[in-house]
This record gives sequence, structure tokens and C-alpha cells, in this order.
Amino acid sequence: MSLVELAGVSKVYRSLQGSDYTAVRDFSLDIPAGEFFCLLGTSGCGKTTVLNMVAGFEAVSTGTISVAGKPVTRPDADRGVVFQGDDSLYGWLTALGNIEFGLRMRGVARAERDHKARHYLELVGLTGQDHKHPSELSGGMKQRIQIARVLANEPQMLLMDEPFAALDAHTRADMQRELKRICKATGKTVLFITHDIDEAIILADRIGVMHAGPASKLKGTVAVTLADEERERTHDTFTAVYRQVHELIRDEVAISLKRAH
Amino acid sequence: MRGLAPGKVGASLRGIGISLIGFASLFVIWHVAATWLLNSVLFPTPWKVILKAIELAQDGTLWEQSSASLARIGLGFAGGSLLGIPLGLAIGSFPIVRRLLEPYTEFLRFIPATALITVAVIWFGIGEGAKIFLIIYTTIFIVIINTAAGVTAVAPNKIRAARSLGAGPLQVFFFVALPATVPYILTGMRLAMANSFVTIIAAELVAANNGLGRMIWDSRMYMLVDQIFVALLVLGMLGFTADRLFRWAIYAFAGRFSPVT
Repeated sequence: MSLVELAGVSKVYRSLQGSDYTAVRDFSLDIPAGEFFCLLGTSGCGKTTVLNMVAGFEAVSTGTISVAGKPVTRPDADRGVVFQGDDSLYGWLTALGNIEFGLRMRGVARAERDHKARHYLELVGLTGQDHKHPSELSGGMKQRIQIARVLANEPQMLLMDEPFAALDAHTRADMQRELKRICKATGKTVLFITHDIDEAIILADRIGVMHAGPASKLKGTVAVTLADEERERTHDTFTAVYRQVHELIRDEVAISLKRAH
Repeated sequence: MRGLAPGKVGASLRGIGISLIGFASLFVIWHVAATWLLNSVLFPTPWKVILKAIELAQDGTLWEQSSASLARIGLGFAGGSLLGIPLGLAIGSFPIVRRLLEPYTEFLRFIPATALITVAVIWFGIGEGAKIFLIIYTTIFIVIINTAAGVTAVAPNKIRAARSLGAGPLQVFFFVALPATVPYILTGMRLAMANSFVTIIAAELVAANNGLGRMIWDSRMYMLVDQIFVALLVLGMLGFTADRLFRWAIYAFAGRFSPVT
């Protein structure tokens, strides 16, 4: 059974001038439990809108979204969100304080949340950084805190909105490997937003490509059945998947560039 | 622990050294101006002023007048902050409250406390009431406006993250919005402190039995220019010290809130 079900979802924004802008129209997608799903699209295609609706930050205009059979009406602890920038971290708390934040809000006893927070601090490779504040940590480390903070809360799924887009190339590659390892270890269901084909192939079990916006929906999906050692840009099988995905997205890039001018 | 590297100690010593040179130059220029440029009994040299200050300190006058002014500033400043912070939080959090209170903040903040001195004296007499009212008045709007601005400046992702980690609306307020606003509150208080110094002197000039403002006024009647300068010097020093203490307190007790200074 699918953990996440989006059926005929549309999102219409009303501008101040009163004209409507349809970001997403008739978007449908099922994500089975345990799958790492990458939603790939050009900028402005509405992929973040989809994530925000699954997170419960924004309401759907029409259609339904359910997670584990329960309709999504608001943000909740069963859907952990990792944001692109570091502005979601709490600068007045230490790394450990950030990681245990959700547990604290949900009334978990101090000893237990400390234990869990330390476990996930280690899992994301931040051992020894527990007492540091976000301002003392690098961009990559801050994204690790975000991931640990969400994992410590033990949600049913992770929603990740281009979490590595602001990192330099080496840190990004490193984080991608780490995330792959962590997801394997925890078996989490993930909806991961990106515009980077390579990143999608490195991470995903399945890639969904969106049409260029506005009024966008899913154009097609590509299953990625590569073994870990094949998820390198130089591998022939990797290139084969790349061609498949590129075939889907190529025209959309052209359309979105045309619309931008 | 954040250890101070040797380079840091050197840099901060150099900083203090430069500040001292800045202060010394103030006195040197003053001395030059008073001795050679004006050379008048109406403009005493720093040395004369310091001698006078020692004399006034020894007979207790200086302490009595300074503490009278400081007590008024302290009470009014504390009162204004205690009222202003919750009001600012409410204005920043609820659009309805903002609409309701905006006429007060937007109208009254353009009426300076000094313009209200006569009214305050008519209402409260020349006792402590009038002065403390004026200090509260001069403090409260800056604190309200900064606090409200701080609330609206909280990154939306901080709140979204908290909601998806399982925090309820009250928890979002107390554990996210409030701590994220602390630097703005402290900055507002610091600005209000400077205003308090302006207002107390003006109020004491017009209506008071003691205080530094009164001391300046009385000295004028007897042409004790050096005594006026003692009051000015003390004012500058008290203001400077109060501001430094405030900054120090921010770093010591709320350093993790990284104040906007």
C-alpha cells in the first residue's frame, strides 16, 4: 500500500490584483512506504508547492493528499521537513538542543530525548559537535543538524526541499552519500525535491519529472534500480538512466527558459 | 567552551587601546579649545572641571544628584520595558491587535516626551510620578516597535519547522517566536535607555528638587559654569557606562541570542 497518496491535486494562488495563478493542476502521485522518491523539475514548475502541500504548510485548492490513509490538513510530527537554507534552525539552541527540539515539544522525558538526540547526532556524523550553536557550524554541518532533528522525531516520512542546493560541490556529494546511507539504515520514506538530475539518480529509487509551470503535473516517472556502486556519474548504467530522465525533462527546460524571457 | 585565541586577545587589547586614544583626544581638544581658542570663564578646562567634580563628590552632592536621576531612569526604564515587551509581542503576533494599537503607537511616538513635561507636571505634580511617567513614555514606544518588528522578522521556516516537529501554536510562540525576538527586544531597550537620559534631564530642568538636570539649572542661576560641566561630564559617563553594562549583560546572559548590535 502507498504511504503517500496525492489524487488530482491543484493549487491556485490568488494575486493581490485578483488574478488567479495555477501552480499545480491535477497532480497525482503514489509513494510506497520505504521508497526514496525524487521529484525533479525546472525552476518555477511547482515542485516546492507540492512539497508544501504534503507538509501541510499550504492547503490544496482541489484534490486530496493523504499520508498513511490520513488526510493531510496541517503540519504534523509524522512528516519531517528538511529545508534548503539554514534559517529553520534555532540559533539560540545548541546542535543537541536543535536535534531534541521535536521530542521536547512532544513531552518526551529528558533522559530519553538526550539519548535519542545523541544517537542521531552520531548517525549524521556530528559526534563531538553537540554543544555548538548553528552559527559556529559550516553549511554542511547545519544541514546534518536539520536531518538529525527530523530523524530524532521519528516521523513516518521525510520531506526534503533541495536540502543540498546551497552547499558547495564537494560537501554536496558528501551529503548525498551520507543521506543514502542514513536512509538505508532507517528505511525512511522520502519525498526529495531537486532540479539536479545527477542528484536525483544518486539518491532515488524512483524519479518523477514534472512539466514546466504553470499548471504543472507529473510528466512521467523513471525507476532507478542501480546498485550503490553504479551510482557514480562515470558508470555506463548511470548514464543510461541519465539519458532516460533527460529525455523527459529536456523539452520542459526549453519551455521554462522561454517563459522566463 | 569558547576559548580566546592569543590573536583575539591581541586584537581586543588593540581595540581598547584605540578607544582610549579616542577618549583622550576628546579631552585634549577640549583642553586646547578652552585654553587657547576661547579662554573664557564660561568655558572651563577639563582639569578645572575634574577638580570641581572631586570637590562635589567629596561633599556628597554629586552622588545625591546622580543617584536621584539614575533612580528615575531605572524605574521608568524598567516599567516602560515591562509594559512595552508584551504589547510589542501582541502587536507583532496578532494583526487585530496591531490594527487596534497602531493609532497609539503611530500617533504618540511622534509626540516627544519633552513635549509632555508640562502636562505631566500638571497631572502628577513635581514629585517622582511625573518623571517616572515621562521615562516610561519615552521608553515604551521604542520597545514596542522593536519587539513587534522582531516578531514579524522571525523566519517563517523556523515556525514551519516547529509545526512539523509537533509543536502547537502556544509552543511555537514560547519556544520559537519569543526567543527569536529577544535580540530585537534587547536592541529596543538599549535605544530606549539613551532616550531615557535625554528625557530625564529635560524633565529635571523644568520640574525637580534634585537630579543632574536640576543641578545644571541651579548652577546656571549662580553662573557656576564648571558645575554645569561636571553634570555634563557625569551624564556622558553614566550613559556610556549604562550602555556598556547593558551590552555586557546581553553578551553574558543572552549571548546565545546573538544580539543585533
